[in-house]
Amino acid sequence: MFGYEFYVDPSRCIGCRSCLQACEECETHRGKSMINFDFIERRENISSAAYVCWHCDEPTCAQVCPADAIKKGEDGIVHSSLKPRCIACNNCVLACPFGIPKMMEAEQQMMKCDMCYDRTSVGKRPMCATVCPSQALAYVRPEEIAKRRERPTNVFYFGGQKITTKVYMMAPAEREAITLDVVDYMWKEEP
Amino acid sequence: MAKAPVSEETLKKQFGPHLNYVPPGGWKDESIHPAEKLVKTHCCFCGQQCGIQLKVRENRVIGFEPWEEFPFNRGMLCPKGVKRYLQGNHPDRLLSPLMRSEQGFRRATWDEALDFTVSRIREIQEKYGKDAIAIYGGASLSTEKSYLMGKFARVALGTRHIDYNGRLCMVSAGTAYKLAFGVDRSTIPWSEIPKAEVLFVIGANIGDCAPITTDYIWRCRDNGGRLIVADPRMTPITRNADLYLPLRPGTDLALLMGMLHVILRDGLEDREFIARFTTGFEAVAESAKQWNLQKAAEMTGVPPEAIEKAARWVGKSKRVILMHARGLEHQSKGVENCLAVVNIALATGNIGREGAGPTMITGQGNGQGGREHGQKCDQLPGQRSLTDPAAREYIAGVWGIHPEELPQPGYTAEEIMEAIHRGEIKGLLSTCFNPLVSLPDANFTREALSKLEFFGVIDFFLSETAHHADVVLSGSLHEEEDGLGCSAEGRVIHWKKSIDPPGEARPDSDIIIDLAHRLGRGQYFPFKSPADILEELRIASRGGIADYYGITYERVDKEMGIFWPCPSLDHPGTPRLFVDRKFYTHDGKAHFNVTEWRPSGDPISDEYPLFLTTGRVVSQYLSGTQTRRIGALIDQYPEPRAEIHPRLAEKQGIKDGDWVTVTTRRDDLTIQAMVVKTIRPDTVFIPYHWAGTRSANRLTHRTLDPRSKIPEFKVSACRIAKASGPDASPDDRDPHVNGASRGGA
Repeated sequence: MFGYEFYVDPSRCIGCRSCLQACEECETHRGKSMINFDFIERRENISSAAYVCWHCDEPTCAQVCPADAIKKGEDGIVHSSLKPRCIACNNCVLACPFGIPKMMEAEQQMMKCDMCYDRTSVGKRPMCATVCPSQALAYVRPEEIAKRRERPTNVFYFGGQKITTKVYMMAPAEREAITLDVVDYMWKEEP
Repeated sequence: MAKAPVSEETLKKQFGPHLNYVPPGGWKDESIHPAEKLVKTHCCFCGQQCGIQLKVRENRVIGFEPWEEFPFNRGMLCPKGVKRYLQGNHPDRLLSPLMRSEQGFRRATWDEALDFTVSRIREIQEKYGKDAIAIYGGASLSTEKSYLMGKFARVALGTRHIDYNGRLCMVSAGTAYKLAFGVDRSTIPWSEIPKAEVLFVIGANIGDCAPITTDYIWRCRDNGGRLIVADPRMTPITRNADLYLPLRPGTDLALLMGMLHVILRDGLEDREFIARFTTGFEAVAESAKQWNLQKAAEMTGVPPEAIEKAARWVGKSKRVILMHARGLEHQSKGVENCLAVVNIALATGNIGREGAGPTMITGQGNGQGGREHGQKCDQLPGQRSLTDPAAREYIAGVWGIHPEELPQPGYTAEEIMEAIHRGEIKGLLSTCFNPLVSLPDANFTREALSKLEFFGVIDFFLSETAHHADVVLSGSLHEEEDGLGCSAEGRVIHWKKSIDPPGEARPDSDIIIDLAHRLGRGQYFPFKSPADILEELRIASRGGIADYYGITYERVDKEMGIFWPCPSLDHPGTPRLFVDRKFYTHDGKAHFNVTEWRPSGDPISDEYPLFLTTGRVVSQYLSGTQTRRIGALIDQYPEPRAEIHPRLAEKQGIKDGDWVTVTTRRDDLTIQAMVVKTIRPDTVFIPYHWAGTRSANRLTHRTLDPRSKIPEFKVSACRIAKASGPDASPDDRDPHVNGASRGGA
């Protein structure tokens, strides 16, 4: 959709997994979810994060593909592997710095988030970002995202590798140490 | 005798819960056979009542599409909403009436089942009196059905005893708001939430139980608002709280009174508002004097400086919204707790203004609409009181009966079960309620059900409670009958009929109306459709507090919902209450109410030194009758777990995933532990959605708030110990059918 961008803000995620459930309702891969979801460290805190493919400007997955099966469209969307070409070698799964591609064993094909190409190409927002109750996944105009506390960035460093992406990550405007044990908030003199 | 006719295992094999994973025809069918139409309606689950479009083909719901134009959720849905469509075409769906037999339940004709129901009701009423029959309704029924249930009980049966599962939901807040404001509704629409300077959230697990509200809260923070969360657990929204108050279960009143104490001590109250628009302030101010910070901290376990900070943020801000839900209400002082929230709102003048007000978060689908028009034991349509002579006369007039014929108020939901247990009530007709899972002290409930001389159930799945029925009348799903609902905001919405009930199942209202006719009271139930019921409801509610006279299906569709009161067809509705500072009380003022501290009905002791608190997870809804049949939702959180802090776990030698036995004064439950730092070390949390050997309500107690009659689900005394493994009883996990392997065709 023209003028809309995809923003991921893990700090808003409430771990409800609505995105996972909705992703598998998408027409092109019904029954399979392409969302990546984690509780960061459930024992320690309640933080969770859901994310989609970041759609790199220079996708590592495509660079390492020996079968030339992974294509990026002119609109910047990096697609699932082309079924006739994919040899299910797992190179992309291993190489992606974000851990996005999923090897579908039954189909012997790598599949991944294509930002709901079937929906965005007909003027609908991606399924996950539409349903997300906390808007941790958001598909909105930049002026809308500018109202948020956090700031968007699409530059990532993995060691020496600099990656720029189509999808934006929302990062805290300011950082501070956060403690997350209930005990730290309780009264020390509790009888 | 209303005992299960055959073993639970046998019934489960036949009636489930089985897990449905895939849409009709399989995942790929829609690309071959696309939907014929999209129906704009609402989710069938919680009180958020998100707009959703159902995909329909050949009288089956085959999927969903977000409805982005509906203003409340703008397309957003929680996982339950996403998967709600899978309850249709479910293998467990009841497709015909059932009668109990020696071999379990057998198929029956409608004539046989309805005539049997009517003859048993008549026999019991002739032998024991009219009040020997009770009616249970529910808050997932449309407003029209809820109205019909109230009229059916009072006009067709003449019994005093009708109540509903909303008794386990909003009644403490409802009672408090009626005392303070004369009306039982959230004081604001949700569009006010992002405008607040401070959001004070107490006893409300918004992330899990009202997920869409999260976005409103985050937007408030985007605007610079500060979030205070008071809860014994760090629930998901706590991750962005500006101040977290980890209070001990059952001590909310102490926290709130401590805050009021600071507000008054520091002179942060709104004197002008108090003088002009309220009564009763002096007595409440006097009662707050004893709640100094030291006492409040001792009672709650929250540091005094944190309580002080919360009070100052609330007292010094111009716009404060105070949000509360079951954590506050599910206590033997639930009404007191809610009144204490209201007292803070009134003392600081936070009501009737933009971005300000106390706000109850109704939990059930039609929790609001289902409690407005006579399904409650003490209430007539329009939120009228059953004991008010003028209200009795008006409603009797609408119904065409003599006011004397209207029964007086009867028992509340738990009291009905207790009256059944002691033999006072002999027959029960229940719909939209699974009390064996959702009422406290499940063993007591089971005993009571076994004493019934007649038990009839109207439902679409055979719930665990329905195992005890003599007759089951196969009713309708949310999408199978037109009707109104009312969301947590107070927005009246339209549930659109998308398909006809399958097989021989019938719309619920059709069944009730048929029963009324067979009971010889047909002239009072001339309705041919939900629209006919709504016409009468509009008139019955007219002039009442919950005035629906100006509300029609057409208007609701056009205006994307209407906030009641809406007294005329040209009235725009009332999103924010008390804009003119006029309240619905007899004197038009808001009333402060003095609150009284009482200990929990199940106090901790050396033998039971820990608090047990129960609640929900995001992927399940209430007693799980619907959501325990949807595979993807069960996969997300398959079994109830006992959440405990590592400090407690270490003391007991428990590791994450270990089997543990949680014991209370009623019973014990053996489940797996979940060791997390996000709960107080003196507290155990267990979600309550499961039945049988995994039912948290086997542990809870039957103490009720004396006014709202809500059970104290949030505070029980317990102990926990490591167990060697699961109970020896048969494994009752739900079997998979229909697309057992995920991602299959």
